[in-house]
Amino acid sequence: MVRRAALADVLGGAAAFAVLAAVPLLIGGKAAPDFVIRCAAYGLFATSLNLLVGYGGMISFGHGMFFGLGAYAFGLLMQRTALSIPAAFALTILIAAAVATVIGAICVRLKEIYFAFVTLAFQMLIHSLIISWVGLTGGDQGLRGGIPRPVFLGVDLANRIQLYLACGAALVIGLVLMHRIVASQFGYTLRMTRDNAERAGYLGVDVVRVRLIAFVLAAVFACVGGVVMSLFVSGAYPDFADWTVSGDGMFINMLGGINVFLGPMLGTVILLLLNDTVTRLTEHDGIVLGVVILFFAIGLRKGLLDFVLDRIAERRATAVASPERG
Amino acid sequence: MLELQHLCKSFGGVRATNDVSLTFADGSLSAIIGPNGAGKSTLFNLLTGALRPDSGRILLDGRDLVGLTRGAIVRRGIGRAFQVASIFPSLTVEETMRAAVAADRRRHFLLHRRFPLAETREKAESVLDMLGLADQRHRRAATLSHGDQKLLDVALALVLDPKVLLLDEPTAGMGPEERWQMIERVHDLWQRQRMTVVFIEHDMDIVFKIAPHIVVLCYGRVLAAGTPDAIRADEAVIAAYLGTAVDTDTGTATAAA
Repeated sequence: MVRRAALADVLGGAAAFAVLAAVPLLIGGKAAPDFVIRCAAYGLFATSLNLLVGYGGMISFGHGMFFGLGAYAFGLLMQRTALSIPAAFALTILIAAAVATVIGAICVRLKEIYFAFVTLAFQMLIHSLIISWVGLTGGDQGLRGGIPRPVFLGVDLANRIQLYLACGAALVIGLVLMHRIVASQFGYTLRMTRDNAERAGYLGVDVVRVRLIAFVLAAVFACVGGVVMSLFVSGAYPDFADWTVSGDGMFINMLGGINVFLGPMLGTVILLLLNDTVTRLTEHDGIVLGVVILFFAIGLRKGLLDFVLDRIAERRATAVASPERG
Repeated sequence: MLELQHLCKSFGGVRATNDVSLTFADGSLSAIIGPNGAGKSTLFNLLTGALRPDSGRILLDGRDLVGLTRGAIVRRGIGRAFQVASIFPSLTVEETMRAAVAADRRRHFLLHRRFPLAETREKAESVLDMLGLADQRHRRAATLSHGDQKLLDVALALVLDPKVLLLDEPTAGMGPEERWQMIERVHDLWQRQRMTVVFIEHDMDIVFKIAPHIVVLCYGRVLAAGTPDAIRADEAVIAAYLGTAVDTDTGTATAAA
């Protein structure tokens, strides 16, 4: 059973990657691949946020800091050191994990609302650090001059198609890994702490440690999203670390749904599509997005994928019930 | 053997537990009774590490438990079920059990595998069978009946193979018929598992019928402890708590004796 579930994830991931790889062949032009790369960056970020929000019950308003941290750390390592891309990528992940361990150790002990606000405070701290440390980060101009992309292992990320495939691979591998985590023993321990932390404590679960591990894991995947973004735009900007990124992550989760693993991925596609179409039509894109969010929050009262699956479950339940009645 | 020595716990000026000394022999079945506010739940909270006593000792097989965390006390062998079923609403019965077993075996940080050990599965299955929850295994805990939620709570305590099982009002909120079913399960469990069981109960019929050992608490103190016959005959208990309530057929006979 165990092996079969893992195998299903790997096969599903391979199929998804094959579909992504076919996109540039089937649809000409740059728009579609660019859209997919942005989906990869935001999708990794939003899904990692859902590890905290959906599976851990930890509402973080500062998760975007790890997205920004990933983009800046990777960009700086590539600009200022002679590291290869894989080495810089690995080091970026280590940096994000280290920062998340420190911030998480402070935050995960706090109750809901305090957790939300203290994570937000750390995000603002990191954002203002990026703005004010001009010598290192370029301040509000961001990391300019492009991010060098030396060839590694025959892969040339300066080539558009290869960059596209690499970002697609990062998305698929990231999602498969996160799905394994969610289905793992740890994933269920995390759900226990979300549902009833007190009872989990009575089972000998160290709740703080479980939450800290989840916080660090989520930060790592958010940081990978940031790396994808920095490769895509060949730079890093303070906006990547702004609290609005965290807000977007929340929107995405509300749009797509938090009770299904792929909910945030669907939400990412919806939000980016909305963003792209609405900003083309009107300057008041904020109003349109606000209305859409209100529709999901008040109308459906859940994300789209949650809504659809709940309806299917309901229908199945009535289908089972009615023959008995008849 | 579970031994409480001069346990005290105050909240503000209220002595919720006042110099309580009690002994629960291995394999015994004891009921704790007492009016509301007698300190029954407080006693359980002290025994499980949810509260720290102001003074006194709690010895399990001679080792002091005072000051240990809830998790450490669980690992020493004191399991607990709650007055209001304390479960994981969104997990299915089976997921709940396996996750709990894995937590007990300290396998709960595994990232790469789901419920890895066959032993984990067997343990979870055996507890579900024992409590008659096996056919509910794919239901979410939140959708179970009240009684089954209480059973699942007990199952969570049993997963850890406790030496001592503390049940805080196992029949709370149940109808008469359901109560007896529940208490029969508890009794059956006690006989088969040979563990020490201590339960809090308000229904005197149940208490006097199944508990060989009864502890009466009142205002944080131990008013009496002993066999049902001794408790029925105890003048302090009758005066303070039972009143004429046990003057039923068996009650009158022993009181007169």
